[in-house]
Amino acid sequence: MNSKPAMSYFTVLTFIIKRELTLAYRHKDDVLNPILFFIIVVTLFPLGIGPATNTLATIAPGVIWVAALLATLLSLDRIFKSDFNDGSLEQMLLSPHPTYIIVLGKVAAHWLITGLPLIFIAPVLAVSLHLDDNAYNAMMLTLLLGTPVLSFIGAIGAALTVRLKNGGVILSLLVLPLFIPVLIFATSTINTAAMNLPYQGQLAIIAALLVGAVTLAPFAISSALKVSTN
Amino acid sequence: MSNHVPLLSSKHLTCIRQDRVLFEDLNFELSAGDIIQVEGPNGVGKTSLLKILAGLSFANEGDVLYRGKNIQQQAEEYRQNLLYLGHQPGVKGELTAEENLEFSLALHGQTVADTEQTLSEVDLAGFEDVYASQLSAGQHRRIALGRLWQSTQKIWILDEPFTAIDKSGVSKLEKLFLSHIQQGGAIILTTHQDFNLIASHVTKLTLQYRFD
Repeated sequence: MNSKPAMSYFTVLTFIIKRELTLAYRHKDDVLNPILFFIIVVTLFPLGIGPATNTLATIAPGVIWVAALLATLLSLDRIFKSDFNDGSLEQMLLSPHPTYIIVLGKVAAHWLITGLPLIFIAPVLAVSLHLDDNAYNAMMLTLLLGTPVLSFIGAIGAALTVRLKNGGVILSLLVLPLFIPVLIFATSTINTAAMNLPYQGQLAIIAALLVGAVTLAPFAISSALKVSTN
Repeated sequence: MSNHVPLLSSKHLTCIRQDRVLFEDLNFELSAGDIIQVEGPNGVGKTSLLKILAGLSFANEGDVLYRGKNIQQQAEEYRQNLLYLGHQPGVKGELTAEENLEFSLALHGQTVADTEQTLSEVDLAGFEDVYASQLSAGQHRRIALGRLWQSTQKIWILDEPFTAIDKSGVSKLEKLFLSHIQQGGAIILTTHQDFNLIASHVTKLTLQYRFD
């Protein structure tokens, strides 16, 4: 009777991620929406502003990051909403596995679905914005470290608003201010790299934000979910 | 037995929702072999009570004790011995019947085995590989109820388990309830139906509207 659950934390983590990926694979529109949004926003800028290389190169880091940020925001609502509506969320909170691990799995899956594709698409789109050649590595690295932070912080907001019918606006208001540090440091990293200066300092701050988010955000998300289902 | 400790007991539970007192100073004990049926009119607080007992929501006052200790202080152990089925069955339309059952078993730390056998117990044989979105509400509930057949948990908290279940399904469930309590389990449930088989084992807990 006092037997521990048969699975290790790592097994639980992978099986949650696997489930989320299966769900996403069978519900493709939800997944494609934010990615298409990202592509459309970034490609519209050269068309709207004109092909002047200098102007585009100046705004490129900002455009890519703002688009990535808004694309993430667009997908946040989905993290807990359907699980809340069909009762799966209650079951997850009652699981003998720690809520921390379950939440970590859900957010990791969210990043794999919405954050990771952006990293692969961004370099292609950056060409149309004439991003400086030196800045490509920096851009990839900021996206790699920065988008998971967006997923984790965003999930706190999503957990707090899961009960609201039209929580989209409140979710944006709650979460956007918290996204701003990531945006500032990411664009500054890319700009510094474009000027051929060392950018490790800014990158380290984003990495610190990531470590903080991975370790602390799941606690906040778990508590927020408990309040929301109360 | 002088040292009798009930599986689950509530001490002075009070629940207030939207300035309305749903129940106040509620005390009861659930021991091995008991079935408690919570009854009362709609909106009287039956679901709220079950959620508090499961640890999903908090009472305004009072404690829920599992083997004499507060459930919040031993959440992990309590959850290993708790099977809660709420209003929503927690079934995903994008997954097949079998995948749904496998997920809920794994989520609750149970080994995933014999899912086909279990699905045939709940009359879903042949529907294993059908997406749940193509199944009816009653079949969704049956997928969720499938967990009862594989349950290793002692305490079952069931919110309207018979909703959308046909007559033969109900009598099958009653048989299962009977064997569960005979093996030392305990059940607390809400339903508006009357029992046939297990009527003599059921204790009723009636909640009433309060006007104050």
